[in-house]
Amino acid sequence: MRKYNIPHNFEFTTIIQLYAKWIRSGKLPVSSDWNRDLQVKFTIQDPCNIVRKTLRHEMADELRFVCKSIIGEENLVDMVPCGSNNYCCGGGGGALQGGYTEQRRAYGKVKFDQIQETEATYVIAPCHNCHTQIEDIGKHYGGNYHVVHIWTLMCLAMGVLGENERTYLGPDLENLGL
Amino acid sequence: MASVIELDDLDRAFHDTVSERLPQANFDLCLTCGTCAGGCPASAQFDMDPRKLVRMLAYGLDEEVKKTPWAWVCTMCARCYWSCPMKVDIPKLVYQMRQSWPRDKRPKGIRGSCDQHIRAGNAMGVPTEDFIWTVEDVAEEIRETDPRFKDMHVTVDRKGAKMAINQNSREPVTEPDELGPLWKILHIVEADWTYPSVMWAGENYCLFLADDEGWRYILEEFVQHIDNNLGCETVVNTE
Repeated sequence: MRKYNIPHNFEFTTIIQLYAKWIRSGKLPVSSDWNRDLQVKFTIQDPCNIVRKTLRHEMADELRFVCKSIIGEENLVDMVPCGSNNYCCGGGGGALQGGYTEQRRAYGKVKFDQIQETEATYVIAPCHNCHTQIEDIGKHYGGNYHVVHIWTLMCLAMGVLGENERTYLGPDLENLGL
Repeated sequence: MASVIELDDLDRAFHDTVSERLPQANFDLCLTCGTCAGGCPASAQFDMDPRKLVRMLAYGLDEEVKKTPWAWVCTMCARCYWSCPMKVDIPKLVYQMRQSWPRDKRPKGIRGSCDQHIRAGNAMGVPTEDFIWTVEDVAEEIRETDPRFKDMHVTVDRKGAKMAINQNSREPVTEPDELGPLWKILHIVEADWTYPSVMWAGENYCLFLADDEGWRYILEEFVQHIDNNLGCETVVNTE
């Protein structure tokens, strides 16, 4: 809207900023207790569009605050580099639909190696393009991580995740809290 | 003996066009340091990298710059721009390169998604009534099966709702069960929200297609609907 100077009366925000606000105000009763003994390790993909290209460290920090509240601070293993300096997953800019699959996967090898280095079992991907691409390169290069949305973990951490809402969880978590 | 290349003698039509269009993009300030190329996962694909691309633009290799499919492998992630000491806006150059392709020659997957979005309000082309039906059906199932959410409201186009929330079309089309968790969160915090029925999808393939006209149309329709029909204070991007 800035690009085209379209006047509008509403404000823009992202669900991640709202999650953070609701956790801070106590409205969202999340807890990482479920993972205290399990110690399942997670890493985070910083989406280029909302981190590097928009709110930068402010968004990266909020994203980590939200994720740590759900999984436990000691269970987050960040990629190197991350935040505003993160590598794009290779699925952005329309690449998933661009038709250059071989090149897209070669691009994604950088991300795949970064993820493998963390030894995390789960990648939190708060963007659908990242989610699809990271799953695809995981399968292609033989990774054994799972890719999850924040809302899945949030509901898992609140004990309200339904049986049919666990497509992206691995065998270690697919029955947790049922 | 090597001869000096006089830039003033070169025909650099594409360079001149993009420089005029993007006066803040600093294409002539490149120091050739290579920081961009060193940190770009698309480097070497199609024998191209960001540094080389900016050199080619400077030397007037217009046809090569305009034709390279690298424009569609680069994701415009802006890591190059972020790290560039001279703030050369390479992602904007790539956007211009994409735009220089005739629309019908741009990748058909991206073009198809952009066209669907213009026509149906989402990249997967699902009719609005199907979207509404799916949303209501999934919500009803959650209300019936989980007593904790028996009063959960999920609405489309509820006037006066405080927040309008967009939704990637992947969920309602291919994995409707994935809609539930977000709604549960919104129910728990007692959020006053609705889905807009116009341009409701979170994705934006017209941006990727570099279709300014399509992108602008989608935004204008969306803004018109939110401001004039729904009156929401906030629009929430779910990704």
